[in-house]
Formats: sequence, structure tokens, C-alpha cells
Amino acid sequence: MKQEKTTVIEHHNFQGEYRILRLSAPATGPLVKPGQFLELQVPRLAERILRRPFSIYQADESGVAVLYKAVGRGTEAMAAIQVGEQVNIIGPLGNGYPEADSGKTPVLVAGGYGNAALYILAQRMKKKGIAFFGGRSEIDILLVKEFEKLGWEVRPTTDDGSLGTKGLVTAAFDPWMNQRGVGSGEQGVENIELFVCGPNPMLKAMGDRAIEHGFTAWLSLDKNMACGVGACLTCVIKRKTENGWEWARCCKDGPIFESRDIMWES
Amino acid sequence: MSVDLKIKIGSMVMKNPVTVASGTFGYGPEYAELVDLNRLGAITVKGICPEEHVGNPTPRTFETRGGMLNAIGLPGPGAKGFIKKYVPFLKQYDTPVIVNIWGKGMDDYGTVVEMLDGEDTVSAYEINLSCPNVKEGGAAFGTEVDSFSKVVELVRGKTQKPIIPKLAPNVPNIAAFAKAAENCGADAVSIMNTMPAMAINIDTLKPELANKFGGLSGPPIKPIAIKLVFDAARAISIPIIGMGGIFEPEDAVEFMIAGATSVAVGTANFVDPGTIVRVIDGIERYLIEKGHNSVADIVGTVKI
Repeated sequence: MKQEKTTVIEHHNFQGEYRILRLSAPATGPLVKPGQFLELQVPRLAERILRRPFSIYQADESGVAVLYKAVGRGTEAMAAIQVGEQVNIIGPLGNGYPEADSGKTPVLVAGGYGNAALYILAQRMKKKGIAFFGGRSEIDILLVKEFEKLGWEVRPTTDDGSLGTKGLVTAAFDPWMNQRGVGSGEQGVENIELFVCGPNPMLKAMGDRAIEHGFTAWLSLDKNMACGVGACLTCVIKRKTENGWEWARCCKDGPIFESRDIMWES
Repeated sequence: MSVDLKIKIGSMVMKNPVTVASGTFGYGPEYAELVDLNRLGAITVKGICPEEHVGNPTPRTFETRGGMLNAIGLPGPGAKGFIKKYVPFLKQYDTPVIVNIWGKGMDDYGTVVEMLDGEDTVSAYEINLSCPNVKEGGAAFGTEVDSFSKVVELVRGKTQKPIIPKLAPNVPNIAAFAKAAENCGADAVSIMNTMPAMAINIDTLKPELANKFGGLSGPPIKPIAIKLVFDAARAISIPIIGMGGIFEPEDAVEFMIAGATSVAVGTANFVDPGTIVRVIDGIERYLIEKGHNSVADIVGTVKI
């Protein structure tokens, strides 16, 4: 974890309301593991003091990039950031996704621009599998070509049917999952490993399936954060223990949790 | 040219007057990768009561214009858990540790000190008598002088280490509490805890915090804290640790001029973990620029 004054080297529209912000961050970039995030101090957001957490889309020796949607108070101010400007970040933060199990078929599941948070994982994973991306409409399905270029088979779903299967991401995932019988060797449903990022109802839906069908699902949880480093205890969720539950911090103990560890609150 | 930044709170020597506000810095390890803990005058850890405590449901914080509300509810590992989990870590540093203590009832304040007092790493106790976010203790003790005094006396009877009651801002006469603390043998007082506050969501018609109410912190409360420090400083001769919205060195210097010997950086840690070191360096710079030799030269120098 570093605190770094970075310089904006790229900031542009990517698709629809989605934008990419690329920062020169040589102290932070090399440390990034898949599924980690950073806390960014948004310039000219003077009336709101806290940093904003962003998933890391890309990272290398020279820096990091985030892909975000310009909605909400914080991200509107984000959109005004200029190339050449200084941006203060703390990162990389959080536990990140674990090493994939090489004996299993990796499956990525994302809602909206959640797949940006899966890009580094998809890039670094030796074994490529299948990716289910869900969104409202065609314009909300991002990075299909980028994931295909990495060797992933992408199956999009849209709420309005403008791209891929019509419906939620489960509309494409469930038939695929059901096709693979239990106990059919490597193809068996118990031999898939899910890496999921998206809105909480989608995470829960995937987690429920993982528990029911006996596969592993790593879920990236999104909960309002303040400090990002584990000090303030704002972003806690209930994690199951032998005797009940305990609070776990999304920012430090997460944001990645296995489906069986989460006690969902209604 | 150099100045002496050292200060004393009872028998505790701080190499500079800057600590952190309890609850904004965890127990130390959380910020150790970002802040050199040896630079701090003291580390004030999150509130500890005798037993493990679970704290409040979420949402626990809510950002407001220029500040934030919190109702974390003092979750923590309890005295034993603190000793096991954090004392070995804190021991590595050449920085005194102030343990913030709280209780669900009066007896807890004595019990937690008994449990912690054998640890050399524990340098002093800050007595939380004013947390707005726990039903049991906290605020109830902090807003009546009689019960406030009883807790301070109880803790005084249990330890030779410095004790520092933390005062609530929502009292009609802060000087009465500061004076009571001094009379009961306190070595210093912390001023102030967060301000009881509330925010309501206009769509759901529900409070933004699960606990309904919380404590306001950050720059919006600084002028309130300055006034409280000013009022208390005229009533007592023990040191004051001033806190409330310190984001820049100038804020810390203002607290000192109002009457604080020491200051604590709180919410600013979340915004910029570099604030503490910046404040320490900025205080030193100010003293040099103004031709002073020590912190004491500016404490309480407000002209009225």
C-alpha cells in the first residue's frame, strides 16, 4: 500500500457514459493484484472530503487505470480531471482475488462495468475460460473485444436484448451451468470456479448458485467506505464463523469473499 | 535554529504535541504502511472496554458537507484481545500509546484499567465519557458532572499512569467538566468528542445511519472545538489535547493559541494519511517563523 501523487496521462470517454482515467503511478502500479482497488482523492470536490474507492482496471510498472461511469457527485467531479493534473491515490488496497485453481474451469461473471475489475485477473490467469457480462443495454456491455483478445469466450446479456441473451446475467449463465452435469469430470459443474464483480444482488444470485451446486465463487463486495485501509470500520459485512458471525472489513479483509463466508443481510 | 516540540501529559513525554483522535487510526497497524508511527507524539488507539464488543449495524458513516457522521458503536477486541493482538505491534515503536477506554457501566472503567495497567506499552488512558453512539455508557456519564466525576475518580484510584477524560461538546458549561476532571486528579483533558448529529434521507424518510444518530466530525466542528478549548483553558491548569477538524498545521496552531498543549488529528487521517506528519512539521515551522523556542510559548496566547 502506498500513498502516491500521480499524474493524469490519459482521460477520455470510452463508451457511452464510461470513461477511462490513466495515471502515471510507478510506486503503485507494480504492486497491484487482480481485484484490488484504490482510494482516489477527487480534485475540486471540496464540499465532500472523503476519498472515493475505484476498482483498478489496468496496472503495470508505470501506473494504473480506472474505468468508471460518470454518475453521482464524486464521478461527475472526476470527469473534470484534466490530463497533466496531479491526483493523489492510496493503493493498491484490499485482498484481491486468490490464485485460480488450475484444475477448474475459470468463469468470470460481471454486471455493468464490474468487468473492468476483472480485466487484470483475466489477463494474468494462465487458463482462460468463459465470461458472462450483463448490462442494461448494448452500450453498457464493455470490453468484449479486449477479453476475447485475451482468449476468453464472452457471452453478453442485456436487459433489453440489444446484445446477446435478453435478461439478467443469470439468463445466460443458468442454461450453461445446467448443461454441465454434476460429476461429469472436469466438465462437471462442481469443477467451475467463479470470479464475480457487480451489483450486490447479482453477487448474491451467483453465491446462492455456488452453494447449491457445490462450486467456488469469489465475490467482490461493494460497501460504502471511508478510510479504505481498515481503520474506520465503516464498510463491514457479516462473515460467518464457526459459532455465528463476525464483522469483516470490505476494504481490508475483502473486497473479495468466498460465497460461503458471507452472511447476507436483507 | 531548532525548537523544542516536546510536551508532557502527566508523566508521559511526547516528542511532539501531535497525536491522533481515537477511532480514526485503528490500533496502529492499519496506517503503518503509510505513516511513520515513530513520528507521532503519541498513538491514541480505538476505544477498548473490558470485553469484546460488536458495535453498531451498518450504515455506520455518512458523508456530509465538509465533514462526516459516524456511529460505529465502538466495536473492539476487548482488553485481552487488545493486549494479545496489538500490544506486540505497538511495542516496536518509540511512541507512547494512549489507550482510549470506555464502559457499558461505571465498573467497566475500573475493570478495563485493571486489565491493561500491567502493560508497559500502555502509556496513558483517555477516558471516553462522551461517545454519542453507544447506548450503555458514554454519553450518559459525560453530560452530568456528578457521574463524570465518579468515573474519573474511579479510574484515578486504579492507576498511576496519566488519565485524560475526553469531554463531550454538548454541555452547557465545558469549564465545569474540565474543572471536575482536574479536581478528580486527571492529568489532562481531551476536547472534544464528536458532536451529536443526524442526517435524514428525504426519499426513504429514514435516518442515514442505522443507529439513527451519530457524531459529526471534520472541518465543520473546528470552530466549536476552538471555543470549547478556549473556555476550558481559562478554568484549568492541566493540559488540554485539542481536536476537531484539524486538517492543516494552521488548524493545530489555532487550537494551541486557544489553549491546547497537544492536538489530535482525526477525520483528516481518512482524507490524507500524510496530515499528521504535515501538522507536526507545520507546527515546528510556525514556532521557528515566530521566533519561539517551545510549544509552551504559544499555548493559550490568544489576545482578547
